[in-house]
Order: sequence, then C-alpha cells, then structure tokens
Amino acid sequence: MNWTWFHKWGSPKWFYEMSGRWVFWLALVAAVLLPVGLVWGLAFAPPDYQQGNSFRIIYIHVPTAILAQSCYLLLAVAGVIGLVWKMKLADVALQQAAPIGAWMTFLALLTGAIWGKPTWGSWWVWDARLTSMLILLFLYFGVIALGQAISNRDSAAKACAVLAVVGVVNIPIIKYSVEWWNTLHQPATFKLTERPAMPPEMWLPLLVMVIGFYCFFAAVLLLRMRLEVLRREARSSWVKAEIERQLGGRK
Amino acid sequence: MSFASFAEFLAMGQHGPYVWSAYGISLGVLILNVALPLLARRRYLQEEARRLRRESKS
Repeated sequence: MNWTWFHKWGSPKWFYEMSGRWVFWLALVAAVLLPVGLVWGLAFAPPDYQQGNSFRIIYIHVPTAILAQSCYLLLAVAGVIGLVWKMKLADVALQQAAPIGAWMTFLALLTGAIWGKPTWGSWWVWDARLTSMLILLFLYFGVIALGQAISNRDSAAKACAVLAVVGVVNIPIIKYSVEWWNTLHQPATFKLTERPAMPPEMWLPLLVMVIGFYCFFAAVLLLRMRLEVLRREARSSWVKAEIERQLGGRK
Repeated sequence: MSFASFAEFLAMGQHGPYVWSAYGISLGVLILNVALPLLARRRYLQEEARRLRRESKS
C-alpha cells in the first residue's frame, strides 16, 4: 500500500497550504446548509403530535449532541496517531478540537434542558444519558486544562493524548445509555440499520442540519489549526514568508 | 408552511420562550466560535508584523 498520503500530514507547510482551500469550501457548504435547515425546521416541518412546537429544538439539540461525540472520537483518534507516530499535527488537532467539542457538548446539554422543561417538566434529571453527557463535558475540560497546565509541549501532547484515549470509554456509554438503563430520554432518531421513525418532513431538515454542523465544525477546526501551526512554526522561513504575504495583501 | 401567521410562528404554540431561547443562545455560541479564531488570527499577524519590523531594524 502507498503511504505517501499519510506522510504528507507530517508536514505543517503542506497542511497549511491545502487547508486554506478546504476552509473556504467547508464554510461555503455550512453557510448554505445551516440557514436552509434552520428555516425548514423552524417554519416548514410539521409540529409533533405530542410535543407540539417545542420539538423544533431537536434541530439544534441532535446535531450538537452528535458533534459533541464525534469530536471526542476525533480527539481519541488524534491521540492514538500522536502517541504511535509522534505526528505533531495530531496534537494540534487534539488541542484545537477540544474547545469546539466542549462548546458543542454545552449546547447539547443546554438545549436539552430547555427542551426538557416543557416536555418532562424539569430542566434537569440525573438520567443516564444526561449524566454521561455531563461527564463528556468534564472530559473536554480535563483535556483543555491539562494541555494548558503543562508547559512542555511534548509532555502536554502525551498527557492529553492518553486522557483522550482513556476517556473514549464514555462514548459507548452515552450511546447505549438509553438502552441499558431506564431513562426519560428518547432513543436515537437516526440509526444506520433502520429507517427513522419520524416522517421525512421532520427528519430531512434534521439531516441537513447535521451535515451543516459537521461542515461548520470542520471549517472552524481548520481555522484554529492553521493559526496554531503558524504559532508553532513561527521560526521557519515559510511562516515568515506567509506572514509577509498576509500583511502585504491587506495594505 | 406549518404556521398560519407570523404571530403564530413567534408564539410557537406556547413554547415560544423555550424554542427561541434555545435557538438564540446556540446562534450566539456558533458566532463566538467563528469570531474568536478570526480575531485571534488578526491579532497574531499584527504582533508578528511588529516583531519582524523590530528585528529588521536591529
């Protein structure tokens, strides 16, 4: 098998040059899909026969919850790559994805609480799904705090990678919490093996929002990673040339 | 369209405050997530420009 595609990721310069184009296209797709899904979900999808219009919170609750978990998986994969192949870009990805993941988890918990009040009659219950999501938020805080507490970059990268990999045990707990324990939380809307129980008028806008959120996440992550690469490689000649070019273009 | 009028759309069938606060806060967080890295990038470029100018003088 040809491994050149993998070795390319070892070069921060190559990543910086390529990601500029990726950010543009991902941001463009997100800027189209998110407003479309938003208007579709808020104004055109039919109300739920039991929950009425409060169910419309699903169009941000589910995408943020999916992103919160996907982002943690990304952290764990980056952690393994960083530990095994000592790839610097993996640590950049891990450090820069963690705050976005924390924000997504926060949004999933918050919109869940706002949705819970009219639906369950309570902002918060110590339910298995909710509690495991709260643990996910603390895991993100742990990764962020650990990365900032250790001043040696290589030690920080190793410690964060280990925490990210160990913490991934929480992801299947979140996923199966609604099946393993008695819970108020409803089961997943999207499953890989079955058609959704909702009618298409309801789940199509949700799918648009989920894809839009993925593109949004990827664009913001690349934006943050590009800045971090510039910071870490500040001494190299290509970064100096790039800074000159950026400043020259603005004058 | 699932609503008869704009007032009905805003009311969200008594769930207005819940739906709109959830969407409003989420929109704010998304904007924050885009704006902060962009501002940080601009600040970094300005700092680097100052450093490069200083170094070229000495």
